[in-house]
Amino acid sequence: MARIIVVTSGKGGVGKTTTSAAIAMGLAKRGHKTAVIDFDVGLRNLDLILGCERRVVYDFINVINGEASLNQALIRDKNCNLLYILPASQTRDKDALTHEGVGKVLDELSKDFGYIVCDSPAGIEKGANLALYFADDAFVVTNPEISSVRDSDRMLGILSSKSRRAERNEEPIKEYLLLTRYDADRVKLGEMLSLEDVQEILSLELLGIIPESKSVLSASNAGIPVILDEKSEAGQAYADVVARYLGEKLAHRFIDGKQGFLRRLFGGRK
Amino acid sequence: MVNTSPTLEFKSSTFFAPILILYTNDMIAIEQTLYEKINLAPDFFKDSPLMIDLRELNKLNLDLDFAQLAQLLRRVGFFPVGIRGGNEQQNKQARALSLPIDTVRELGNSIIIGETQKQESTQQSLTQPEVAAIKEPKEPVQPAAIPPVSATTILVTQPIRSGQRIYASGDLIILSQVSAGAEIMAEGNIHVYNTLRGRALAGVHGNTAARIFCFDLQAELISIAGDYKTSEDLNKQTYNNPVQIYLQNHALIIKEIA
Repeated sequence: MARIIVVTSGKGGVGKTTTSAAIAMGLAKRGHKTAVIDFDVGLRNLDLILGCERRVVYDFINVINGEASLNQALIRDKNCNLLYILPASQTRDKDALTHEGVGKVLDELSKDFGYIVCDSPAGIEKGANLALYFADDAFVVTNPEISSVRDSDRMLGILSSKSRRAERNEEPIKEYLLLTRYDADRVKLGEMLSLEDVQEILSLELLGIIPESKSVLSASNAGIPVILDEKSEAGQAYADVVARYLGEKLAHRFIDGKQGFLRRLFGGRK
Repeated sequence: MVNTSPTLEFKSSTFFAPILILYTNDMIAIEQTLYEKINLAPDFFKDSPLMIDLRELNKLNLDLDFAQLAQLLRRVGFFPVGIRGGNEQQNKQARALSLPIDTVRELGNSIIIGETQKQESTQQSLTQPEVAAIKEPKEPVQPAAIPPVSATTILVTQPIRSGQRIYASGDLIILSQVSAGAEIMAEGNIHVYNTLRGRALAGVHGNTAARIFCFDLQAELISIAGDYKTSEDLNKQTYNNPVQIYLQNHALIIKEIA
């Protein structure tokens, strides 16, 4: 049985797709057969971040409608052969997603995969609800600003009441916090919420802090998940996140923006 | 001759009726327990309308002879006024018996209260008179006649997140934080042994003696029996402090708990 992870936030633009791509790649790199599904029907992005947009033939909706088999629609990643992508349809909208259809696809994937990462669309409508409904674990992606935190809080409420686990009265979805686009310098200046501020409201298990980093944008544009950029802080932070999720005890980094020895020496800012 | 006075008029109104939650389809046991309950408060139950809730029964996949149940309830002295949570077949049977079907109201993302409470899932609480509104004009049941069992205290241990609503027909006790954008309501008192950031409304049915207690007051809105204050009106001194809130001559008093 696969473990189903939903990457969610409520608010848009906080880094859900970046995170989905990074952790799916990270899990695959560690030897777990992983599928990552784009639930953002109509606003297909995940394939771009993973650099496979030119190989999309069939999509998630085709599989739900029985127009293509799962194997036809799954795209194997070119960097890691344990990672498969199920892209969203660009020409349809969220109404094309059905409860039964999504459940069937996830069931079928579960037989064969270790982890299934569901990249949720923004909002709290159908796409987002279906992305989280079947989840076992939730990565709540939050930016250190008040509206993102509020939306995450709302999402946590939905996770605890509208999921399959909640409906069946099973053990609740395990919720983790991922604080992205964190800029320690701006936190020091009081321009950004600190980790403590965010945790005071959300009080979740912190899986990692992803520092604001230019490498994220360049990795996205290049179609290579940032986790593969091992030199970048964001890449390392995502690697830590995956390790912690898999049970490794690692100290949190990038909280106070302490500059490394080399950077202090050269005063550079990456 | 032209009749100028209207023949009839429709008005929207709510009234209260006990809800019968069935955990078994054993008619003999149901009848027995009903009589026991009625003996506790004969005036309250006499000729009382009754809503039948089948969700628990259907969770257990138990079949039910509807006609027989309706007969039994009438014999015992109730007037069944509708069902909710029934499956297709049960709804059909109810319709055949002229019983209206109520779709179960879920308040946004509200937690369905009581279902997870252990005390209710026991066989003993065969009849749990939960109070709920039904759309039918009728005089409200006198609150004084409500037996103590109906004022269940609800205990919540998980955080109440933004957008969630909790309603308690008695007191409400919350051990975790209540986020901004959440709404907690109780006909009785509200206790929050953590930070209260959302809206808290106590005594929502007009109980002016209800109070709100919280460990750290950062609420968006507090209200007792309809008298309210928003966070803007909250005194800086009491903000972020453990307080109790009560009504005195229609004024909300917020007092620190030392």
